Amino acid sequence: MSTLLEVSGVSVTFDGFRAINNLSFQIGKAELRAIIGPNGAGKTTFMDIVTGKTRPDTGRVIWGDKSVSLLKMSEAQIARAGVGRKFQRPTVFEDQSVFDNLLLALKKDRGPFPVLFYRSSARDRERVEELAGEIGLADQLPRKSGELSHGQKQWLEIGMLLAQDPQLLLVDEPAAGMTLEEREHTTDLLVQAAKTRAVVVVEHDMEFVRRLNCKVTVLHEGAVLAEGGLDHVTANKDVIDVYLGR
Amino acid sequence: MRYLRAALAGLILLAVPLVAQQAPESGTPVQDLLQTHADQIAKSSRRTIQPVIDALVASGLPQIETVLATWQAREIWQRESDGLFFAATETDNSLFELTDFDTGEPIGAFPRDGLAQVKPNSGVQGLIATALVQFQLNSPDPAQRRQALDSLARAPDATLLAPLRASIEPETDPDIRARKQRLATLLTIAHDSNEAARIAAIAEVSGDLSVDVRATLNPLLSTHRTFAAADAPLAGDQNVARTLVPGRDIPVTEAYALLVAAGDAPALVSEGAIREALAVNIAEGRVGGVPIAALSDPEARNRAYDALAAAGAVPPRVDTAERDASLAAHRFYDVYDEPSAALTDAAQQALGSIETRVGINQALDLGLDALSLASIYFLAAIGLAITFGVMGVINMAHGEFIMMGAYTGYVVQQVIPDYTVSILVALPLAFAVTFAAGVAMERLVIRHLYHRPLETLLATFGISIALQQIAKNIFGTQARPLTSPGWLDGAWVLNDVVSISYIRIAIFVLALIFLTLFLFIMRHTRLGLETRAVTQNPRMAASMGINPDRVNMLSFGLGSGIAGVAGVAIGLYAKVTSELGQDYIVQSFMTVVVGGVGNIWGTLLGATMIGSLQKGIEWLNPSNTLAAQTYMIVFIIIFIQFRPRGIIALRGRAAGD
Amino acid sequence: MTRSFFARHPSVLVFIACLAFFTLLVTILSEGLGIGVISTSFVKTLGKTLCLCLVAIAMDLVWGYAGILSLGHMAFFGLGGYMIGMWLMYERTRDIVVTSLADVEIPPTPQEISDAIGNQIFGVVGSSDFPAVWAFAPSLPAQLALVVLVPGLLALVFGWLAFRSRVTGVYLSILTQAMTLALALYLFQNDSGLRGNNGLSGLQNLPGADTIPQSLISLWFLWGSALALGLGYLLLAWVVSGKFGSVIRGIRDDEARVRFLGYSVEGYKLFVFVLTAVIAGIAGALYYPQAGIINPAELAPIASVYLAVWVAIGGRGRLYGAVIGAAFVSLVSTWFTSGQVPPVDLGFYTINWVDWWQVVLGLSFVLVTIYAPKGIAGLFDLAAGRFPPRRHGAALGPDDGALREKEAEE
Repeated sequence: MSTLLEVSGVSVTFDGFRAINNLSFQIGKAELRAIIGPNGAGKTTFMDIVTGKTRPDTGRVIWGDKSVSLLKMSEAQIARAGVGRKFQRPTVFEDQSVFDNLLLALKKDRGPFPVLFYRSSARDRERVEELAGEIGLADQLPRKSGELSHGQKQWLEIGMLLAQDPQLLLVDEPAAGMTLEEREHTTDLLVQAAKTRAVVVVEHDMEFVRRLNCKVTVLHEGAVLAEGGLDHVTANKDVIDVYLGR
Repeated sequence: MRYLRAALAGLILLAVPLVAQQAPESGTPVQDLLQTHADQIAKSSRRTIQPVIDALVASGLPQIETVLATWQAREIWQRESDGLFFAATETDNSLFELTDFDTGEPIGAFPRDGLAQVKPNSGVQGLIATALVQFQLNSPDPAQRRQALDSLARAPDATLLAPLRASIEPETDPDIRARKQRLATLLTIAHDSNEAARIAAIAEVSGDLSVDVRATLNPLLSTHRTFAAADAPLAGDQNVARTLVPGRDIPVTEAYALLVAAGDAPALVSEGAIREALAVNIAEGRVGGVPIAALSDPEARNRAYDALAAAGAVPPRVDTAERDASLAAHRFYDVYDEPSAALTDAAQQALGSIETRVGINQALDLGLDALSLASIYFLAAIGLAITFGVMGVINMAHGEFIMMGAYTGYVVQQVIPDYTVSILVALPLAFAVTFAAGVAMERLVIRHLYHRPLETLLATFGISIALQQIAKNIFGTQARPLTSPGWLDGAWVLNDVVSISYIRIAIFVLALIFLTLFLFIMRHTRLGLETRAVTQNPRMAASMGINPDRVNMLSFGLGSGIAGVAGVAIGLYAKVTSELGQDYIVQSFMTVVVGGVGNIWGTLLGATMIGSLQKGIEWLNPSNTLAAQTYMIVFIIIFIQFRPRGIIALRGRAAGD
Repeated sequence: MTRSFFARHPSVLVFIACLAFFTLLVTILSEGLGIGVISTSFVKTLGKTLCLCLVAIAMDLVWGYAGILSLGHMAFFGLGGYMIGMWLMYERTRDIVVTSLADVEIPPTPQEISDAIGNQIFGVVGSSDFPAVWAFAPSLPAQLALVVLVPGLLALVFGWLAFRSRVTGVYLSILTQAMTLALALYLFQNDSGLRGNNGLSGLQNLPGADTIPQSLISLWFLWGSALALGLGYLLLAWVVSGKFGSVIRGIRDDEARVRFLGYSVEGYKLFVFVLTAVIAGIAGALYYPQAGIINPAELAPIASVYLAVWVAIGGRGRLYGAVIGAAFVSLVSTWFTSGQVPPVDLGFYTINWVDWWQVVLGLSFVLVTIYAPKGIAGLFDLAAGRFPPRRHGAALGPDDGALREKEAEE
């Protein structure tokens, strides 16, 4: 399995506080991975670095077959290169319809002029409807997304990510605030997505991680503490110390 | 001319004992002397009176000082019956008490009818005053001596150099003595006939920053433009300052004009002159063979003119080649008016070292100016730093709070006439008024708009518009004065270059006080603690029993209150108008933005930077303060490129959200 | 596609129809071509109002849709005015100079004509030389191009600098305000080459049209302004209707999200900023020949704030809201500040509206911001279909009436 994303030796400091400390991380092309860790372990900062929101002080972030560095690219360029990100809180465009939200995310030329002259084709509309079906919002298309429930917004956001057709999906706490059924649906969506692309899920909830049934990376104080199957890492003494010892 | 006068003065001085000996023993030498010049004295004019005054002084008679003083005071009257001059004072019953100059004794009262007042005009009075100086220099009264030195400094006179020097030795007051010596040095530079003495005096003042030194040295270096044929040597006694190359050191037209003025070259024929000449010589629709309709072409005009010139009707045109040839045949110089090269060199050198020191001191002065401007911006911005930085609220009416403070000061001065008391009352009152206004605004408007920063900005703009117009309606459009107390008038003068007015020092001190106050409130009071807590995490703070509403209200009031105090301070040196606030609002925002939001030190740095920047640009282009502001804003826009979050930036994950 | 565009956005057709009707009505009622009910000066006021509506819809695009509260669009408006003003003033002065020099015995050289024009134009600032910025003034096509290019380039450079350094929100507003202030201060200088605080004047006189009465010229400009407003409205309605509109509204609501979707937010902002600056420039170029004079005070930051006020009062995020706001507020302002409104005697104090209108405007703006963030257009949403259009005061003229009726049909 070839490597899609390789993060090596990355460190970042905020006002003297080391948020990420010599972190190294790899993920393959079609892999589901969960990242867990206590508060302040650097999970969100790690995603910030990969998506270009935060520039690390040192280290390399290498992407894809051509091994390009992500560090010199803007957020938008990284997104176009195939990294999709879902935020912790659902962020959809609440003032716009579900259809518009998905159309916006659909993989198309992103430049201002092509977008200005873009008119949706029948195929695009079909694709949007298909996606809506996948995320269970097929009958919600004309509604304003602000009117959706919390869970539906989360799915819409995942749907938008899928519409982007990214090679790597970064998902931050997708199950937070969801009912049990919603969680199951979310799990299915992520597992399904990971068949064709890499998916990284940041999660607090061990139960949800167990359901994902994938390799787990434990972050602590900005560095990798342990990596492996969930049972393997939960048996690790360091992990137990970090999670329970204090 | 100067030499002539100096020589003359010398001669007269030499002649003093001579004349004194020759004075006839008539018993009334003063009256005799006056009678000798009776006509000129009775009807004096500035142009003719100098010899008379000189003669009086030269007589060496002890009474002359009194005569001159009386004359200057217009208290000499001439008795019409015999033409004799007396000092006269009017008594109660409109009679004039006459006093004889020779004896100093009164000779009785006379009615006005038989007397004519001698009325020297102001020009003559001035000349008399100058003549009086040499008497006053040795006057027993120190005030008189100081006055004499003042008038001498104002109008330096070559003839007074000798009496001045003579008066130094007997001088007892060390202060006056020092002034006399200094004045003597300056007079020596300007007027002494001895070149070595002058050079020595110049060396003595080298590096002195006083304006009068430069005023004395500069005339020595005055030049005039002249020229000579390229192959002829320059006249031997000319003290050349520099050689001028036409086109480089001196505009070609100016150089050529020198030649024309001296008659060494034919005058250029201007385009206007050509047109006039053509207009005069129109004949049958043609001029010089060229039809009039074609004359809109400059070439055709030249052709027509040349034709006229060939016919002898007009002087020929000088073309560029001819002009350049004439210029090439001459050398152009700036020549010192002062013939002695040694003297000009010494003056040059002394001025050079003075310029260097002036430059250093000007930089110091500029620094002080920048500092005082910075403290004004700081004062204006500190309130904004609280509302904008700490609370994230944009208060576009902040400038109007400054204006409100200034008007409060003005109103207080209308009620309390004593300026010191009124300022002491106005400062806390302005704080109270704008504090109340700020709290009212927070309660009525801003509270509804938290988390809608753009709309807060617009709503406060609405308030700003309304407040400005209300101020205009109440106080009118003309500027209202806010007078500072007497002890703030004047300036702290370090030397003739560096000075700073007391008001600016007071504003600087005020800025320091508020910086300290702000730091104290933020670090050591409950309000500061709560404010910092609310700033960092309002929900958490609320759950810990802090009332964010109250904190917001108080810190908004505090920010507004400081704006009011800043208004009083600004009003003291700027005119109070309804637009006062507008002049400061953009700079204040720039200060906060450049400094970095949410950090008082950032505001301080921002104010310092903007203040120095503005003064610096003004110094580079002193004629145009508008340009200075323009460039400053452009600079700030570019600065924001490199430090979008200001000089002192908060960094970290939270800062981005 | 066009048919479906109008089908999907009927309000655009309604707006265009109302605008055409309004223009026709004013023409019929005018002194120049109609029955003379409306004075020429009022025709000019209405024409100017249309220009203000045009800049207001540009402002609505940049603020209401893209969320950039620009306090600099009136500066672009003014720049457009300056650009056309330079040609108008140059040509007009040249006409006068050529006429006056025609009587001179010797025909003038081109240089003499140019000098005389320079003297006429720059005499007030103690100069007679043409500054470099006037290089294209003799050419109408060049100056027309500059009407578009100068605001466009300024917006491009400023926007590029501001957006690439991620200056957003209130920071950006303050920065645009600073830009406006810098521009106004620059133009206030005598050596800026644009006659300092005198500005450019006599712009109402079209060169070579001395024989045509102002009553007719005012109608020409009214038509031109109406056409520009109509085209501008069409263009902007088209821009915001599709995916582009979706993107910029996304930027307004959550900039970071749009960025993580792969859109280069800076590019979109820059596009919108430059496009609206160009529209503002065109609006200014149509406005100032009707106003007759332009000076740097017109570019002061406060003018841009008023623009934001119009859009806010009219209703952000919908183009007709901006039109209503600009037309309503500017006409009411004109009415109140013209001294035609009778003063209110309170017994102890007489409210003179010329003095107090600003206060009312400022405070009503505060009230609108707090209690009616949707503006007037929001009120009409509530009223639509149930109530006949309300008229705020009878003397507002047909302009507002026409727009109200359109509102009712929405």
